[in-house]
Amino acid sequence: MSVDNKDREVILSIRHVDISFDTGHKKKLVAVKDATFDIYKGETFALVGESGSGKTTLGRAILRINPCSAGEILFEGKRISGKISREEDRNVVRSIQMIFQDPAASLNERATIEYCVSEGLYNFHLYKDERDRIAKVDKALQDVGLLPEHKSRYPHEFSGGQRQRVGIARAMIMDPKFIVADEPISALDVSIRAQVLNLMNKLKAEKNLTYLFIAHDLSVVRFIADRIAVIHLGEIVEIADSETLFKFPIHPYTVSLLSTVPMPDPIVERTRRHIVYDPSRLDQSGAPRTMREIRPGHFVLATDKEYVGYEERIAGMEAKLLK
Amino acid sequence: MEEEKKVVLSAKDIEVKFRVRDKYLTAIRGVSLDLYDGETFAIVGESGSGKSVFTKTFTGMLETNGTISNGSVMFHGKDLTKLKTDKDWEGIRGAKISTIFQDPMTSLNPIRTIGTQITEVIEKHQGVSKAEAKAQAIQMMERVGIPNAANRFDEYPFQYSGGMRQRIVIAIALACHPEILICDEPTTALDVTIQAQIISLIRDLQKELKFTTLYITHDLGVVANVADRVGVMYGGQIVEYGTVEEIFFDPRHPYTWALLSSLPQLGVKGEDLYYIAGTPPSLYNQIKGDAFAPRNEHALKIDFEQEPPFFQVSDTHFAKTWLLDPRAPKLEKPEVICDLHEKIKMLTDEGGAFHVG
Repeated sequence: MSVDNKDREVILSIRHVDISFDTGHKKKLVAVKDATFDIYKGETFALVGESGSGKTTLGRAILRINPCSAGEILFEGKRISGKISREEDRNVVRSIQMIFQDPAASLNERATIEYCVSEGLYNFHLYKDERDRIAKVDKALQDVGLLPEHKSRYPHEFSGGQRQRVGIARAMIMDPKFIVADEPISALDVSIRAQVLNLMNKLKAEKNLTYLFIAHDLSVVRFIADRIAVIHLGEIVEIADSETLFKFPIHPYTVSLLSTVPMPDPIVERTRRHIVYDPSRLDQSGAPRTMREIRPGHFVLATDKEYVGYEERIAGMEAKLLK
Repeated sequence: MEEEKKVVLSAKDIEVKFRVRDKYLTAIRGVSLDLYDGETFAIVGESGSGKSVFTKTFTGMLETNGTISNGSVMFHGKDLTKLKTDKDWEGIRGAKISTIFQDPMTSLNPIRTIGTQITEVIEKHQGVSKAEAKAQAIQMMERVGIPNAANRFDEYPFQYSGGMRQRIVIAIALACHPEILICDEPTTALDVTIQAQIISLIRDLQKELKFTTLYITHDLGVVANVADRVGVMYGGQIVEYGTVEEIFFDPRHPYTWALLSSLPQLGVKGEDLYYIAGTPPSLYNQIKGDAFAPRNEHALKIDFEQEPPFFQVSDTHFAKTWLLDPRAPKLEKPEVICDLHEKIKMLTDEGGAFHVG
C-alpha cells in the first residue's frame, strides 16, 4: 500500500534540523540530529520514540519554543525557524497549536473554563466584542463535546477525559491549520483514550487539520497515524506509512520497538519474544549514515553496507508475504 | 489446575470507607479474593475503580481517613484487618507482603544512597549485621540487573535512570523474600522497552524466589503478558474473574466486553473506536443494582433494581451480571471482540518483528 507522495501538498517541512542545548560544559547536548521529513496537508504524522529520544524537543521546535541550531523548518513554504518578523511569528503561533499530555497540568486550576479556552483569543484579539468571544467559546466547547454551561466551571470539576477535551478546545478556538499533539492520551484511562482519539479524528475531518502526533505507544499510533517516523537518540531511523511500518519494519531499532508493545492476547503474549536492540551489530566502519528510500515512501537510516542488508531483508519479507 | 491449590491470602467481603469532608465514600463494596500460592493475579480497572485501595488493605496502608468497615483478610491464620499500629504490622508489611509502586522516583528517598535504602530493610527485618546486610544488598542489586552493583551501592537515586530505579525498588521489595509481591502499576511510568524488561525481571524472580504476585494495572496488554488469573474491577467491586484465557476470550460481564472493545489495537482505520459512554458512578451515593447499568447498552430492567450475585461460568470463571441468569435474554458479546485471538494474531503475524515467536 505504498502511496505516491510526490503530488501531495506539503504543509510542514523539516530540513536537516539539529537542536542542541548548552549543558554548562564545553560539550553541547545534541537532542535532535539532522532530522528531515515532510508532513502532508491533512495527514496524521506520528513521531514515535522512547523518552529522551528528542520527539518532544522536535515538536517544540516547530512551535518556535526550542531554537534550531542548524537546518530550517518551513510551514506552508515559508521558513518559520530562526529569526522571522514579528508578524510572521504571530501567524505561526496562531496557526500551529499544541495539545499536551497531562490535561490537569496544562490548565490553570484557578481559572474558569471560559478563561482557559478564551486565552488565545485575548492574546490575539480575535473577537469583535464580548458577545462574539462568548459565542466562539461556546462553539469550541460544543465542537469537543462539552456544553456551553461548562464555561463557568473550574478544571478540577471535570474528569480526565473532559479536561483533555478542554485542552483540545483551547487549541481549536484559534482555528489552527496544524496541531502538535504531544502524547495526548498517555495520561488517560483506556476507555477515555478511545473517546479522545475519536474526537481528534472527527475534528481532523471537519476542519481539515494536520496532526503531528507524538507518542511512545506504537499500538495507538497504528490506529491513528497515516505515516510514522521512528526516532531514536535524536536520530530519525525510519519513516513509512503506518501499515508498511508494521508489515515491513527494517531498521533494527524499529523491529525491537515493535516487539516490545504488549498485545492484549495471552496466547500471543506467551509465545512472543522481545528483540533487544543491539547497536553494536550495525555497521561500525564509521561510514556516513543517510536517509535512503528503500521502497517508495519508505525511508531508512543506513550506511551503504547496512542498506544492502536491509534490501535483502525487505525482499525476503515481501517474498514471504506473497507466498 | 489439577492439584489442590494452596490459598496464601484470603480476602472476604472487604468494604472500605473514606471520610471526606463529613461525607462517607464507599470505595470498596464487598470484595472477596483468594490468592493461590505462586500464581500471578492481575486486577484491571479504570482509575477510581478501587484496585489500589483494595490491595492496600493487605498491607495496612490505607490513607488515614479510610477504614475497613467490614470483612476480613486472612493471612497465615491472622486477620490483617484487625491489625492497627505499625507495631502490629511488623513482620508482615515489607517482610511477607511487599509492594512496588508506580513511580520509582517518589518511592525512593532522594537524599539517601541506594545502598542504605536496601540495607535498612534487610537489617530491620532480618536482624543481621551491617556487613552482612551490605553483602546481601549487593547480591540483590546484581540479581535485579544492576551492573557494577558494588560501585553503585553508594550512589543516589538521581544518578540512576528510571528503569534502574524501578529495579532498585524491586530489590528493596524482595530483600526480605516476601511471600506476596503487590505490583501497583509498576511499569506505567516507564518506556515500553524498559517496561518489557521490568516485567520479565519480575517474572524471572518469581520463578526463582517462588512468591505470589498481585498485579494492579489498567493496561490489558500487560495483563495478557503476566497474568494467570484476572479480576476486573468496576465501581469498587470485582465484577468478573477467571483465568486469563477466560477473561480475554470468553468474557461474560458487559463491562469486560466494553473494556476489551475499546482497545485501540482492535480499531479499524477510518472508523470510530468503541468507547464507554458516561462516567463511572459516584461512590458517595448508595449504588442500587449493577453499578455499570447506567453505561451499559445491554442493561436489563433488573440491573437498575437489584445487585446481581456472582454466577458461575466454569470452575474458575465467575461473573457478577444478571445476563447469566437463566431467565435473562441470550446475548452474545460484541462483534469487535469476537475471535480476539485471530484478530491480534493477524496484527502480529503480518511480517517483520511483530510476528510471533
